[in-house]
Amino acid sequence: MFRFIARRLLETIPVLFIIVTATFFMVRFVPGGPFDSEKATTPEIRANLEAYYGLNLPLHQQYTNYLKAVVLHGDLGRSTKYASRTVNEIIADKLPASLQLGGLSLLIALALGLTAGVIAAVKRNTKIDYFASSFAMVGICVPTFVLGPLLVLVFAIHLGWFSASGWYEWQDRILPSITLGIVYAAGIARLTRGGMLEVLNLDYIRTARAKGASETRIIFKHALRGGLLPVVSYLGPAIAGILTGSFVIETIFQIPGLGREFVNSAFNRDYTLVLGTVILYAVLIIALNLVVDVVQVWLNPKLKFE
Amino acid sequence: MFTPLFRRAGLLATAFLLIFIAGCSKKEVSTETANGKVLRIGNGAEPEDIDPQVVTGVGENKIITALIEGLVTYSPDGGIAPGVAETWEISADGLLYTFHLRDNAKWSNGDPVTAQDFVRSFQRMLTPSLGAEYAYKLFHLVNGEEFNTGKITDFAQVGAKALDARTLQLTLKHRTPFLLESLKHYAWFPVHIPTVEKFGGLTRKGSAWTRPGNYVGNGPFNLVSWKPNQKITVTRSATYWDHATVKLDGIEFYAIDKDDTEERLFRTGELDYSYTLPLNKIETYRREHQDTYRQTPYYGVYFYRLNTTRKPLDDKRVRRALALAIDRESLIKNILRSGGQSPALNFTPPSDKFTSNARIAGDLDEAKRLLVEAGYPEGKNMPPVEILFNTSESHRVIAEAIQQMWKTRLGVNALIVNQEWKVYLNSQQTLNYQVARAGWIGDYDDPNTFLDMWVTGGGNNQTGWSNAEYDRLLHGALATPTEEARMAVYQKLEAILADEVPVIPIYFYSRIYAISPKVKNWITTPLDNRAWKWVDLAD
Repeated sequence: MFRFIARRLLETIPVLFIIVTATFFMVRFVPGGPFDSEKATTPEIRANLEAYYGLNLPLHQQYTNYLKAVVLHGDLGRSTKYASRTVNEIIADKLPASLQLGGLSLLIALALGLTAGVIAAVKRNTKIDYFASSFAMVGICVPTFVLGPLLVLVFAIHLGWFSASGWYEWQDRILPSITLGIVYAAGIARLTRGGMLEVLNLDYIRTARAKGASETRIIFKHALRGGLLPVVSYLGPAIAGILTGSFVIETIFQIPGLGREFVNSAFNRDYTLVLGTVILYAVLIIALNLVVDVVQVWLNPKLKFE
Repeated sequence: MFTPLFRRAGLLATAFLLIFIAGCSKKEVSTETANGKVLRIGNGAEPEDIDPQVVTGVGENKIITALIEGLVTYSPDGGIAPGVAETWEISADGLLYTFHLRDNAKWSNGDPVTAQDFVRSFQRMLTPSLGAEYAYKLFHLVNGEEFNTGKITDFAQVGAKALDARTLQLTLKHRTPFLLESLKHYAWFPVHIPTVEKFGGLTRKGSAWTRPGNYVGNGPFNLVSWKPNQKITVTRSATYWDHATVKLDGIEFYAIDKDDTEERLFRTGELDYSYTLPLNKIETYRREHQDTYRQTPYYGVYFYRLNTTRKPLDDKRVRRALALAIDRESLIKNILRSGGQSPALNFTPPSDKFTSNARIAGDLDEAKRLLVEAGYPEGKNMPPVEILFNTSESHRVIAEAIQQMWKTRLGVNALIVNQEWKVYLNSQQTLNYQVARAGWIGDYDDPNTFLDMWVTGGGNNQTGWSNAEYDRLLHGALATPTEEARMAVYQKLEAILADEVPVIPIYFYSRIYAISPKVKNWITTPLDNRAWKWVDLAD
């Protein structure tokens, strides 16, 4: 297993290199630059500005300077949008909020999704199944930009239990986490139900039943392990997404997270911030996919570390 | 008979239920500086910085004017009041301004505010390696532009001198009748040089000097906290020379970039003032919340740029016909929901100083006649024109309405093209468009801020339009001996614009917002700026 993990980590280096290189040149070739604004300034001032950020250098030199700074010093550069902040600072500042939101949402998603999925599979074609499946469909169909404001309307404006938005007190975490959690819970419920149903029809489950194993033992001892495989595959990229924040949720609830920076940096042509967030996202995706692969082998003895 | 996995899931679900129930207590409105009168305002997007020599934004202006005071400031009625400068004299030729600084003007660390602070701040602003975007605002100074463009390197040659600690002399390269008005802008504000030097030097953009705990200002309020993408909190300064006038104990500037979110916060009482209101809420507020709804004129114009280098818009008859065929009243009433905007038939918004006599006015018959003259009777043979706008629902519906008006009234086919913000800016700058929506808010309260856009080759022209007479008049306007003569020149400039129509003015902006009845002394000014020291909050 250690060889497998070491090999995968080594493979990460060229992947990251390709991602950084492609992103670096792609953002440069998109029309419009970081200093374009509705009120134009003089060409001389613009030249001063570009010189300040080193954007007057030949592109290949900018690229090598950037790579050197990142690899040798872990320095992701200065944001061109937020003049007083470096990309490292912005990520360090915003990631905790995204992690809090993502962590809580993930717990809600797992608690609700797994429970609903297992129950729906076990009580197949009953009212309970229909209810759980409906929950999943509603969760999938109702977008966060509808669900979020609805929750705010009921619990913040009408009942006055929470702030309409903001990220100051611990209560402020509840509505956004539920909003984001429900969306992922719906997906998890659907996948859990599907995975469980598939496994429950397999021969070894029939054998277990024939041997007189209790239904609870069959479900939680024999079926769940295999039934969770599709959920585990889904969770890898889902966790990366959920942890790096959700642009919509962060905007609706005014959460100072990384999701908003990720999207806005592209709109602002904040080259270094785009690259910084892409690198972070890529590392998270790669790491979580590795974890998913390890967990899948652990869940499914037929698979091996190769 | 639960398995460990199921038990864990159950515990988890229970924990969340408990958290949710525990959170369901009646929400108290919290303020970090909840002592006394704290005004909580929606301030648009997250500020890029709060260094007056680095930023360019409107939201930043609101915060910086609370923290730093310039030579002059806003009077309670929005005019010009002495700031750090107690008095000033202007030479007869209008080229020499001598400011006498008050001796009790202090920085928040107790240091006196000196004329040298202003000179060194101007030097910082104009130093090329800082890359200050608003450096051009100081180009009125003799050799200001030359220093910023590197043509001279000796700042002693720039027209900003400290005659002594309390006397500042500015020498201008041309008459600038709106200089005092311009001095209200933060580009002219001083910074505490030793503090900026301590945190990385004068030409290091975005150093830590603007962080809470480091920031040294000379304004009515001091920086207490800055939570990025949340809020900036300031509290009343004890060292401000006029601190007895300051009414508020503090201000919280909330960074909220979504209208709906902001409106919800205002509705739940968590904000005293909203930066704006969502379009779809205007009618409700006007009808049901008259005590909080406000719409006031704003010194800005929404217009369409026309690329005069391309057919058929190189023909002024076509440009004029297109301008005449727009029903601005209908647009304002039906599309903008009558949010206080007014139809624009000329380019410069009306103000106390200047109201244009020139009008792009005429009936539809004239528009049709012009098209016939241009060789496009009822729009026949005229190639379709493209209306470019940046991604925004309001720009889209305006473009669609105008597209429809041109089709039904003139028979002209128009296509609408939507581009992402920076791509759209790039298209305009490179003249890669035919018709492009645009907006312009004045930098200062004077028609010059609108009319100097259209000088040949000007960075903000972006229409390819050039008129030698216009350039000559514009350059001569500042040298006119009286304000009346200058405004007369501006009337001529407006007449040229109305005749040549390089741009189609559509409507003059208004500011729409909600404000708590508790907020007192909230003056309205053309640029929506004010000195915070006058604003009060009822107990």
